[in-house]
Amino acid sequence: MQTSTCQNSGDCKIPDRATLPRDLYRKLADFVAALPQKEGHMVTVLHKAQSLFGYLPREVQEFVAQQMGEPLAKVYGVVSFYTFFTMVPKGKYPISICMGTACFVLGAENVVESFQKVLGNIEVGEVTHDGKFSIDCLRCVGACALAPVVMIGEKVYAKVTPDMVKGIISDFS
Amino acid sequence: MSEKKQIRIATRNSGFIDPENIDSYIAAGGYLALAKCIEEMTPAQVIDEMKASGLRGRGGAGFPTGVKWGFAAGYKSDTKYVVCNADEGDPGAFMDRAILEGDPHSVLEAMAIGGYAIGGNKGTIYIRAEYPLAIKRLKIAIEQAEEKGMLGKNIFGSDFSFDLDIKYGAGAFVCGEETALINSMEGDRGEPYTKPPFPAEAGYWDKPTIVNNVETLAAIPAILTKGASWFNQIGTETSKGTKVFCIVGKINNVGLIEVPMGITLKEVIFDVGGGVPNGKEFKAVQTGGPSGGALTFKDLDVKIDYEGLAACQSMMGSGGMIVMDEDDCMVAVSKFFLDFTMEETCGKCTPCRIGSKRIYETLDRITMGQGTMDDIENLKLMSTVIKDTALCGLGQTMPNPVLSTMRVFEDEYRAHVIDKKCPAGVCTSLLEFVVVDEKCVGCTLCAKVCPVDCISGKVKEVHVIDQAACIKCGACLEKCKFDAIIKR
Repeated sequence: MQTSTCQNSGDCKIPDRATLPRDLYRKLADFVAALPQKEGHMVTVLHKAQSLFGYLPREVQEFVAQQMGEPLAKVYGVVSFYTFFTMVPKGKYPISICMGTACFVLGAENVVESFQKVLGNIEVGEVTHDGKFSIDCLRCVGACALAPVVMIGEKVYAKVTPDMVKGIISDFS
Repeated sequence: MSEKKQIRIATRNSGFIDPENIDSYIAAGGYLALAKCIEEMTPAQVIDEMKASGLRGRGGAGFPTGVKWGFAAGYKSDTKYVVCNADEGDPGAFMDRAILEGDPHSVLEAMAIGGYAIGGNKGTIYIRAEYPLAIKRLKIAIEQAEEKGMLGKNIFGSDFSFDLDIKYGAGAFVCGEETALINSMEGDRGEPYTKPPFPAEAGYWDKPTIVNNVETLAAIPAILTKGASWFNQIGTETSKGTKVFCIVGKINNVGLIEVPMGITLKEVIFDVGGGVPNGKEFKAVQTGGPSGGALTFKDLDVKIDYEGLAACQSMMGSGGMIVMDEDDCMVAVSKFFLDFTMEETCGKCTPCRIGSKRIYETLDRITMGQGTMDDIENLKLMSTVIKDTALCGLGQTMPNPVLSTMRVFEDEYRAHVIDKKCPAGVCTSLLEFVVVDEKCVGCTLCAKVCPVDCISGKVKEVHVIDQAACIKCGACLEKCKFDAIIKR
């Protein structure tokens, strides 16, 4: 779970939580209704919710709690436990930098710093002001032979050095 | 040379067959073992064969697979579960992903065999959500196996039925621990619980459950086809068969290898791995991920099996091997692993939750040059206590990186504390940036780039860095065109 300072200050353009699309809620309700049983599927439902909304703000957690017939505290407990679930939205192009051991040994820390510099000194876990990019560190993407690895959306960049960062960002502008 | 040292059992099909086509797997002898079990063997015979093979869990702990199956078979229950642990969270290891992407059917076949052996007919694969391609191929494989009657109702026309589904992890390292994994599969926070009862007695939904790792499962069809006596000839007295390792980091031949147990570290690093690149000295290899420890240049003749690694304060773990050279600081590496376990501890038991934080803080102080000799003693004490008192495998193994590096590199820890120096030149707080007088031409570039204006000197004169004001950012070193600034 991450909280974002830019979200607290209202600096980054985050979609208004009160106006999350209604049809997405309907899709989620349909998904829950189609489950063979509700018991044991909290993580499954949250995966679905995050794939629909992009993140899991309080409003979505409340909805999940109500659909699953569980207390909100239980939903929050699960969401906050797993790093895959996020309560803040990601950028349009989420940057995930692998910080597994192989990547670390080959200099992933410098790559993180370089991304932060190029994107205007945002912290890890934060979104840029224009909502375009967000930086996250992952534990391991299992591509250790290509270390250090960076993923932007579905695109994988292998053997990344700090010098390559500017070029990588320009692919998305 | 390197080819000869490798024996491929768990990875026998990866790269040779089309993983999205069941016929390709069948042509390579696939599902023969399942047919043999169902048609020619009783469940008890399957378990005996597994015990005789000596196969031990490849997820890290090394519990004998046949014995685990035997326990689960001994409990009476209307439902029993076979769970495949594919929550490969260990940074630096990707053999499970490689097997699931390259040979998914071998895992499905082994799970069905496990179901037959223990008297269970439900299986679940718990896989990381971070492995989309593996998930896709598993789904295809399950669908094709059901179509062919290798999974589902009345397999091969017998009265044995076995159904499989997939559940996704959500990024929690501790979920690789079997009791935490079961909690997570039930949709809860993935916190471990106290054993006993072991999952073999009361696991998933309190039913007898066997949890096996992907690599363990992938080896099973080969063992049952070729026989236990073939498999247990490979390896050492206590550790049979082969193990897949990921050698990554500072090594020439990066990637997956499968070698017999008992191979020496020297053979892995220098024969199979091709040695350390750029003419650097080999320093250490981290085995077993954050739970493991470092084997060093002094351990090159250690035979790699479960007991051999444990004797070096390390562990087999899932088989990640991260090679480090002379430029890596062992204190910084320990700190990196403790940072990992500190983030990943579930917080349920006190030794792990608070201990990881305290060890991390101590290591952090040492790398910042603020450590004392008491810190080094405290590190040893805390590590021993946590090892003895933590609830699950994550906590019990968390101090291993510290203990194993202290074993050989205590002088490196001492250098940080007493001399305030990082011998490997990694910990920036302990470095000094200095101008080499003979090389400096007085171009003033370094003075211009310095963010705290601590470099003084006139044009065409030798510059000087004010050590008291320097923040060690390294900007001057990067900027200098004449290599006139060095860190030491």
